[in-house]
Amino acid sequence: MKPVLELQGISKSFPGVKALSDVALRLYPGEVHTLMGQNGAGKSTLIKVLTGVYAPDSGTITMEGEQIRPASTQDAQRLGISTVYQEVNLCPNLSVAENIFIGRYPRKFGMVDWRAMRTQAAALLEQLEVRIDVSAQLSSYPLAIQQMVAISRALNISARVLILDEPTSSLDEAEVQLLFRVLSKLRGQGMAILFVTHFLDQTYAISDRITVMRNGEREGEYACSALTRLALVNKMIGAPEASEQLAQQAKAATPGPVFLQARALARKGALLPLDLDIREGEMLGLCGLLGSGRTETARLLFGADKADAGSIRVGERAFPFASPRDAIEQGIGFCSEDRKHEGAILALSVRENLILALQARQGLLRAIPFKVQQAMALDYVQKLGIKTADIETPIGSLSGGNQQKVLLARWLATAPRMLILDEPTRGIDVRAKQEIMDYVSGLCRKGMAILFISSELPEVLRCSDRLLVMRDRKGCGEFQRGELDETSVLHVIAGGAQ
Amino acid sequence: MIKSPYFTPFVTVALLLVMLGIGGAAYPGFLSVQVLFNLLIDNAFLLVLAIGMSFVILSGGIDLSVGSVLALATMISAWLLQVMHWPPLLVIATVLVLGACFGGAMGAMIHYFKLQPFIVTLAGMFLARGLCYLISINSITIDDPMYLAMSQAQLPVLGGFISPSALVALLMLAVAIWLAHFTAFGRGVYAIGGNEQSALMMGLPVARTKVLVYGFSGFCAALAGVLFSFYMLSGYGLHAQGTELDAIAAVVIGGTLLSGGYGYVAGALSGVLVLGTIQTLIAFDGTLSSWWTKIVIGALLFIFCVVQRLMAIGAARKT
Amino acid sequence: MKHPLFRPLAALAALLLIALFTIPGFFSITIRDGHLYGSLIDIVNRAAPLMLAALGMTLVIATRGIDISVGAVVALSGTVAAMLIGGGPDAQTPMVWALCAAMGAAALCGLWNGVLVATLGLQPIVATLILMVAGRGLAQLMTDGQIVTVYHEPFFFLGGGYFLGLPFSLSVVAIVFAAIALMMHKTALGLFIQAVGINPVAARLAGLKTAALIVFVYVFCGACAGLAGLMVSSNIKSADANNAGLMLELDAILAVTLGGTSLAGGKFSLVGSVIGALIIQTLTFTIYSLGVPPEVNMVVKAVVVFLVCLSQRSAS
Repeated sequence: MKPVLELQGISKSFPGVKALSDVALRLYPGEVHTLMGQNGAGKSTLIKVLTGVYAPDSGTITMEGEQIRPASTQDAQRLGISTVYQEVNLCPNLSVAENIFIGRYPRKFGMVDWRAMRTQAAALLEQLEVRIDVSAQLSSYPLAIQQMVAISRALNISARVLILDEPTSSLDEAEVQLLFRVLSKLRGQGMAILFVTHFLDQTYAISDRITVMRNGEREGEYACSALTRLALVNKMIGAPEASEQLAQQAKAATPGPVFLQARALARKGALLPLDLDIREGEMLGLCGLLGSGRTETARLLFGADKADAGSIRVGERAFPFASPRDAIEQGIGFCSEDRKHEGAILALSVRENLILALQARQGLLRAIPFKVQQAMALDYVQKLGIKTADIETPIGSLSGGNQQKVLLARWLATAPRMLILDEPTRGIDVRAKQEIMDYVSGLCRKGMAILFISSELPEVLRCSDRLLVMRDRKGCGEFQRGELDETSVLHVIAGGAQ
Repeated sequence: MIKSPYFTPFVTVALLLVMLGIGGAAYPGFLSVQVLFNLLIDNAFLLVLAIGMSFVILSGGIDLSVGSVLALATMISAWLLQVMHWPPLLVIATVLVLGACFGGAMGAMIHYFKLQPFIVTLAGMFLARGLCYLISINSITIDDPMYLAMSQAQLPVLGGFISPSALVALLMLAVAIWLAHFTAFGRGVYAIGGNEQSALMMGLPVARTKVLVYGFSGFCAALAGVLFSFYMLSGYGLHAQGTELDAIAAVVIGGTLLSGGYGYVAGALSGVLVLGTIQTLIAFDGTLSSWWTKIVIGALLFIFCVVQRLMAIGAARKT
Repeated sequence: MKHPLFRPLAALAALLLIALFTIPGFFSITIRDGHLYGSLIDIVNRAAPLMLAALGMTLVIATRGIDISVGAVVALSGTVAAMLIGGGPDAQTPMVWALCAAMGAAALCGLWNGVLVATLGLQPIVATLILMVAGRGLAQLMTDGQIVTVYHEPFFFLGGGYFLGLPFSLSVVAIVFAAIALMMHKTALGLFIQAVGINPVAARLAGLKTAALIVFVYVFCGACAGLAGLMVSSNIKSADANNAGLMLELDAILAVTLGGTSLAGGKFSLVGSVIGALIIQTLTFTIYSLGVPPEVNMVVKAVVVFLVCLSQRSAS
């Protein structure tokens, strides 16, 4: 059997980063093919190449034997590649029926024929065994139903390939089952389905074959039945086949008293009740797959989001962290994983970005003297090895890794008692990774508490004194330094049956 | 239903009925047929403006130039009639085409240069009024017989009378409702207002729709200018100062969300009637200064905007 | 060449050159009764209210906002002051209190706008639209649409008096400019405003009080508008609720954009806005002096707005 869609040698680079490197993919009719990988692995870039948003730098896309070069999403749609996105990309203010037929309305005497639209929409949804009031507003339905509408629309435009990009991130169990029933049915009808997800259970529930991506490369293509969970998790985040072995961490000093205690911390749709302790001078690692709730935990601990339930105690007293200022007041700092949107203030200079948190804490009126700012910035540039022409250059012109260092310095400058680092080394070269982690470990030994979140298991294992494993938005295992070994941690992360 | 953003238009209608009821109870003769018809006659041009504005706001934009384009239309009409002696029907046709082109040009700037609607239409406002004065600093009186006839005509209806302008305005409303509900263009406007990115990805002709929407608004502004010149029988650069704000207020009070995507074109009618009723109530009262109108409109705007915003926050919190 | 103030200064210089060659005696300055007189002085004097409004508008635009109620606040503050002072040669209320009340009303308007934007999250154009409609109506209500003439001499000093040979209005602008520039220099206000304008999410996560900052800039804008209103009112020796400040918000936005501050928020230039106001005023003056009908001004302004916006797009 020949593949419906085949990608070969696809590469794509952006200034400063190679997003895709010689990637291959094959999609056969009548299969569900899952694309897996962590953040930054290149999944979304690959999808964008497939759907015409990006043109690949090199490589070919072949559809049913013919080479294609989709230049836009409309182009891709016309070629038969339909995509349903996580955010659904429909118009929430319009009815279900209308959304299915936008741009292709059934007409009567040149006018939009609403009755025909409703009837046809209902029939289309019936094929997916979804029975709803098609004249109701789309936004009145939960996301799961909205996805069904998006799928109906895609099918109606006669898709030969259906791509579902992280469709289950906001769905509950029953809704996921509904989606899978529909996918199975479509598979039975010969549709080629590319399913992008980071949820292990779902992958094993629906996939026929799996392609794993890591760091912009295709790690491999496997039949689902031939790949154990453990092996899959290993391929995504475990020790890479041929990578430099990072130096072993020296044994950490014994940690001090408990700095922060979280009890039954929870937030609807983000985190199930979690208990967490962190001590002064301790590096607590938080690991798990994408979507396991690590960033959500960090945000709650920093007050970036407000918890629905549970308490946070620093020292003796409990504090309701309603905003980041509350947490900062208690001496907590937070390096977000989304440095572009939540960290760097791109048009401002390195110096201004660096002193921002410290200045915010000092308040508006007590401006840090310019000379002191300069000294501080130059100091950290040197300590962290930040490569910049000048401390006055806008941070936006620095590479991702150097931006990250500046943002780290921003929080270090506030001399925090606890630092939350969410993927601090993503997108940074190996040596810089080592530099940052060594520096951070040094601070830890001097008494700072550090919550360290990372998708790269070897790194977390190397640095942490204690490790908290998360899966499906709750904590599911804790390891002390002595017990840390990759296999057992992978087991906990992978969970479920082998 | 209460939570739906489509709820507020009904609130407006209820508000209108309440206001009319209060007026009827407090002032004798308030609920007479002619008083109600006068609401339409005096505000015919505003209704047409609000219709055009509805489409723009539904698409997620805004048009601050409509008052100035109205004035420009009156000025061009007056000049073509009085100075160039063109036949009135040709003048009207010309002015309508010019209005549409002006609007379309702004729409093109907004879409292709990715400029914010309010700054482009702000500049358009300056430009249109400036062009008015370029034609003539002083007002030009119109004495064309057709215009005079239009100005004085009274069409008997149901025991009272309405003006041809009011009829035109109502006709325009019907056309607009048909456009919004039964054509791809109208549905495209709603789609863009709901989520422009999605509309683009779904293959809707976003560029064409946006240019057309502003072109339509320009057309309506020109038509409103024609109706206004029937009313005032002159072309003058000072006409209709600030009416763009009245049009926006009418649209918002009529239940259309300023953020786009939600609302009914018919809301323009209820919004304009509410504004007209406020003025009529104040006039009937006799003791209240007419300046209260602006304050009441501002207060209504505030209430509607805040309520719409609170409902949006509530809806977002649920997901 | 790349200095952000280069373009506005070049534009102003170009305009002044045109004026120099087309208007005889444009650059001449004479001294009479110890006061300086001349076209240049005239321009700067008339530009004073616009300069104030532009200063206030700059900070609002820097936070990604807009304030279209400025004109209404100008009308309102002039009206409050004139009504309190009254029509007699002696002030009904001591002038100081009248001025304070006017400024207080203006600041309150700014507070209203700021709260709507910062806490309710209303779009700035929507929030300030409300006051634009209601504020002028309030002023018109207070004066019943009539012009309220003021005969109390000390009131005229604000708009028409002289200090150190130059119009007093200049001194007022200079003081306000100095005050806000000092705040920018000596405190972290400039940094915070820019951070909020460029990336409000990151600013909040870095610990900035974004809501308080936004309220502040709207209050400052309102206060500047209030001061401008007093100046205008003092200049025409009356309060004209119908026409005072009409279209001033548009001129202020134009001045800010001409000065190099982007409508998208972020980096801003107070000096640039002042230069922008001078450009607008020089333009108006030149057009007027050339005998061209002043309304042509509007056409020119429109073209300038387009050009500036386009050039900002290509620069970003």
